[in-house]
Amino acid sequence: MANVFAFAESRGGALRRVAFEAVSAARALADASGGGEVHALLAGAPGIASLAPELGKYGADVVIVVEHPGLANANAEALAATAAERIRAGGYRAAIFSASAQGRDLAPRVAAKLGVSMAADVTSFELAGDALVVRHPAYAGKVIATLRLTGSPAIVTLRPGARAAVEAPRAARVENAQPASDPAASKVVVKEMIAGGGAKLDIGDAPVIVSGGRGLKSADNFRLVEDLAAAFGNAAVGATRAVTDDGWRPHSDQIGQTGRQVSPDLYVACGISGAIQHIAGMRNSRTIVAINKDKEAPIFKVADYGIVGDVIEILPVLTAAVKEARAKG
Amino acid sequence: MQDFFDIDSALSEEERAVRASVRQFVDERIIPVIGDCYIEGRFPKEIIPGLAELGVFGANLPEEYGCAGLNNVSYGLIMQELERGDSGIRSFASVQGALVMYPIFTFGSEEQKKHYLPKMAAGEIIGCFGLTEPDYGSNPSGMITMAKEQADGSWVLNGAKMWITNGSQAKVAIVWAKTNGDKSDKSIRGFIVPTDTPGFTAKDQKGKLSLRASDTSELVFQDVHLPKDAILPKSGGIKSPLMCLTQARYGISWGVIGAAMACYEESLAYSTSRVMFDKPIGGFQLQQQRLAIMLTEIVKAQLVSLHLGRLKDAGKLTPQQVSLAKRNNCDMATDIAREARRLLGANGILAEYASMRHMANLESVYTYEGTHDIHTLILGQAVTGLSAFN
Amino acid sequence: MKIAVCIKRVPDMETRFKIAASGTAVDESGLKYDMSDFDGYAVETALQLNEKQGPGETVVISLGPDVVQEQLRKALSMGADRAVQLKADKVPADGLAIARALAAELQGGGYDLILFGRQAVDSANATVGPMTAELLGLPCATAVSTLEIANGRATARRDLEGAAEIVEFPLPAVVSVDEGMPRARYPSLKGIMAAKKKPLEVKPAQLGAEHIAIEKMELPPERAAGRIVGEGTAAVPELVRLLHTEAKVL
Repeated sequence: MANVFAFAESRGGALRRVAFEAVSAARALADASGGGEVHALLAGAPGIASLAPELGKYGADVVIVVEHPGLANANAEALAATAAERIRAGGYRAAIFSASAQGRDLAPRVAAKLGVSMAADVTSFELAGDALVVRHPAYAGKVIATLRLTGSPAIVTLRPGARAAVEAPRAARVENAQPASDPAASKVVVKEMIAGGGAKLDIGDAPVIVSGGRGLKSADNFRLVEDLAAAFGNAAVGATRAVTDDGWRPHSDQIGQTGRQVSPDLYVACGISGAIQHIAGMRNSRTIVAINKDKEAPIFKVADYGIVGDVIEILPVLTAAVKEARAKG
Repeated sequence: MQDFFDIDSALSEEERAVRASVRQFVDERIIPVIGDCYIEGRFPKEIIPGLAELGVFGANLPEEYGCAGLNNVSYGLIMQELERGDSGIRSFASVQGALVMYPIFTFGSEEQKKHYLPKMAAGEIIGCFGLTEPDYGSNPSGMITMAKEQADGSWVLNGAKMWITNGSQAKVAIVWAKTNGDKSDKSIRGFIVPTDTPGFTAKDQKGKLSLRASDTSELVFQDVHLPKDAILPKSGGIKSPLMCLTQARYGISWGVIGAAMACYEESLAYSTSRVMFDKPIGGFQLQQQRLAIMLTEIVKAQLVSLHLGRLKDAGKLTPQQVSLAKRNNCDMATDIAREARRLLGANGILAEYASMRHMANLESVYTYEGTHDIHTLILGQAVTGLSAFN
Repeated sequence: MKIAVCIKRVPDMETRFKIAASGTAVDESGLKYDMSDFDGYAVETALQLNEKQGPGETVVISLGPDVVQEQLRKALSMGADRAVQLKADKVPADGLAIARALAAELQGGGYDLILFGRQAVDSANATVGPMTAELLGLPCATAVSTLEIANGRATARRDLEGAAEIVEFPLPAVVSVDEGMPRARYPSLKGIMAAKKKPLEVKPAQLGAEHIAIEKMELPPERAAGRIVGEGTAAVPELVRLLHTEAKVL
C-alpha cells in the first residue's frame, strides 16, 4: 500500500482539466498498489483553498494547500521547491504531474531536486513490482516506447487527454503548508501574462480542431476555418508549419512534429497536404476529415473521410451544414 | 532518393555535409521559384548572393583566393544538387567556376588572380566564357574571332560568339581569339574582356525552349580595345580553352545525375500515390520497369562520376575519361527525364511537375560542352587511334 | 557572451521506422541522421546572439558515441567555436543521467547562457534541459519562443495552452528553445572546411546510475483506411451525415 502524490495545476485561480487527470491517475495508481492515499498539491494565490473539494471529487484524500500572493502567477522555482519538499517528506510511491506546458517545466526540476528519474509524456502506466512501467509515444509519434522506471518516488508526466479524469469521490482533507522557498526570491519572474486572443479554446483541450494549411491561399481566408470552428461550438483552430512560418497564424497554433501534438475527437484538415511533419502532430485524432483539391494529397491516406475540392468553396457550405445539424440535434 | 547502393559509404563526412548544405539551399531558395522562372524565361538573379555566400562559385579553387578549397568530389556533389533544382542554375555555376574562375586561376597572372577571383567567388563579378561561334561549335579550332596586337602591347578584338551562358549579366567575358592574323589554332589566346568596353555588345538569344531559366547570349566584338594586361599570359593554343571545358564537363557529368534523381524521385512518389484501375500505377509492370531502369542508370552514373572525382583529386584524370562520363551521364539523364515525363501521364506536361522542364533542359546539356556525338568520336579516337572527325 | 549549446544526434523523422530485432530499439540500418530540430534553433540562437552582441564564444556539447562528432562538426561549420563530445556507448533513456553528465561538463565553465532544444524530436521527453539547470543551480526558462538579452538579463516569451507569459531573469541561466526561435542556418561550404580546424574534445561522459530502461519499442496500430466521400460542395451533406451517424462526432 502506497500513497501517491498529484500536482493540481491551476491558472488564474481555477483548476485546469489536467489537474483532474493527474488526481484521477494518482487515484488509479494508489488503488492498484493496495489502496493508498492520494495527496494533491494545490498552490496559488490566497483563496485557492476553495478549489480543494473539486479535487476530492476525482479521488484526492488530502489536498495540500499552499497559498501565497507570490504564487498568483506560475512560479516554477517556488512550486518546484515546494513540490519536492512535500514529496520528500511524504514518502510517496509516485508523483504525477500533467505533461502540460507547466507540468513539463516543473516535473523535471522536481525530479532533479530529488535525485530521481522521471518518465515524460506517458499515455499509460502500471506498477510492476518495484518499478513503474509506462508507455510513451516517441519518434514523432511513429514508435511507442514501453519504459521501466525504477527508484522511488516514480515521477511521471501524463499526456493531457490520454487518460480521462474519472470521478471517485474522497474526503479531500485540507492540510495547509508554506511554500518551501520564498516566491519573491525566485529568479525567473513573470512580467506579463498574455491571454490567448479572444480567450479561445486551447487546441490541447478542444474535442474538435479545425486546422488550416497553405490551401487556404491567404491569411484572410483563415476566417473560413474560424467560422467552421465556431459552428462546431467546442472547436479550436490549428495551423500547419507552413502557414505559421509565413506569419498567417502564431507559432503556438502550429500542429506538428515541432509544434503541438493533439488527439481530439475530430480533426478537420482544411487545405492541408499532409506533410509527414504535420501528420506527426495529429495522427492520433479519433476521426480525421480532410478537404483538399488534390486527390493525391498524402493527407487522404490518414483521413477517415475526405472531400476533394476547393477548400475556399467547401468551408462555407460545410459551416452552414454543421450549424444546421447542431441546431437540429 | 534512397541510397540504394550505399554510395554514401564511399563519401567522406565533409562531402556529405557539402551535399546537405547545397541541397537545403536548393530546396529552400530555388525549387519554390524555378518553375515560374522557367516559364517566364528568366534567370533568378536574386539567388546569386545566396549562392555566393554558400560558397558555390569556384568551390574547388584554393582558399587563398577566397574560394572554398573543396575537393573535386565535393565540387561534383555541388553540381549535382544545383541541377537537381534546374540545369540553368547549374550552368550558371559551371560557367562562373569552371569557365571563368578556372581559366583565370590556371592561365592568369598573380595580379589577375588576386583581382578577380575573390570577387567572383563572392558573386560580385559575374563572368561568361566566349569560345563557341555562330559557325564554329563542335569545331572550336575553326574560330574566326581575331585579336590584333598593337604597337604598345594593347589588343583590338573583332568577332562574335554565340550560345554564351551569363552573357548579358556578365561583367567580364573570357574570350578566346586567334591572334595576329594566324588562322591556326596554335595562335589562340584567352582575354579578360570587361563587358562595358566600347565595342562589346551582348544580346539575349530569345525563343529558347530549353534552359529557359538561364541567360544565353550572343556576344559581338567590334574593334574592342583591350589593355595589354587583359591577356591571360599563360594561355596558348586550343588546349587552353579545352582544359576549361574538361573542368566544366566533369561538373556536368555530376550535374545531370541531380536532374535524373529529381525526375526519378518525382516518378516514384507519383507512382505510389496515383491510383488507376484500383491500384497505384507503381504496381503495374511497365511502370516498375521504368523505375528499375531509372534507378540502375542513376546508380551506374553515380559510380562513374565518383570514381572520376577520385581520379581528378589524385591528379590522374584524362579528358577522354571525362568524355566517357559526360556522354554516358547526359544520355542516361535525358532518357530518364523523358521516361519520367511519360510515367506522369497527362500531369507530366504541367510545369507543376519538374520532369518535363528537366527533359527540355537536358537536351541542351546533351548538346553543349561537347555534343554526345563529339564525345563518341573522342572515345573512338582514344581507343582506335583513328580520327573519325572528318 | 560565452554560450554553451547541448545538442543531440537524431534520425530523420521523415523515415518509415522499423523496430530492430532486439525489440527495444528502432532499426538503425539506412537511417539518415541530423541535429535534432530544436537543437538547431538553439545553435542558431547562440550564433545570432554572439553576432549581434560582439565577440563571444559558442561551445557545442553532445553526449554519445563517436558518430555524434558529425553533428558537433555541423554546429562548428555553422559557426560554433569549439565542440565537446561526452563519450558514451549510447545515449541513455534516463534524462537524469544525461543531465548529470552535462552538468559535470558545464559546471565551472563560466557560461553566461546554456541553451537546449525544447525536446529531442526522437525521444520527445523535454527533461534534460530543466534537469541540467536544476543540477547547476541556475535559473531556467523552458520552451521559449522569443529571447532577448541585454545587460546580463534575459526576457523571453513562453507559450502556454491558450496563453503566453513573458518572463525575465538574470544570467547566467539555462534556456530551452521552441518554435518561434530562428531556424538553423545551413553551413556554408567554407564553414564546412573551417570546422575541420576547430577544436573538438572527447571526454568520457560521467553518467552515473540509470533508472529508466527501454522494455519495448513497437509501431502504433495502423489507422483503418478512410475514404473519399465525394467532390466539391456536393459532398458536404454526405460528410455531415457520416460524422453524425458513423463517427458520431457531430
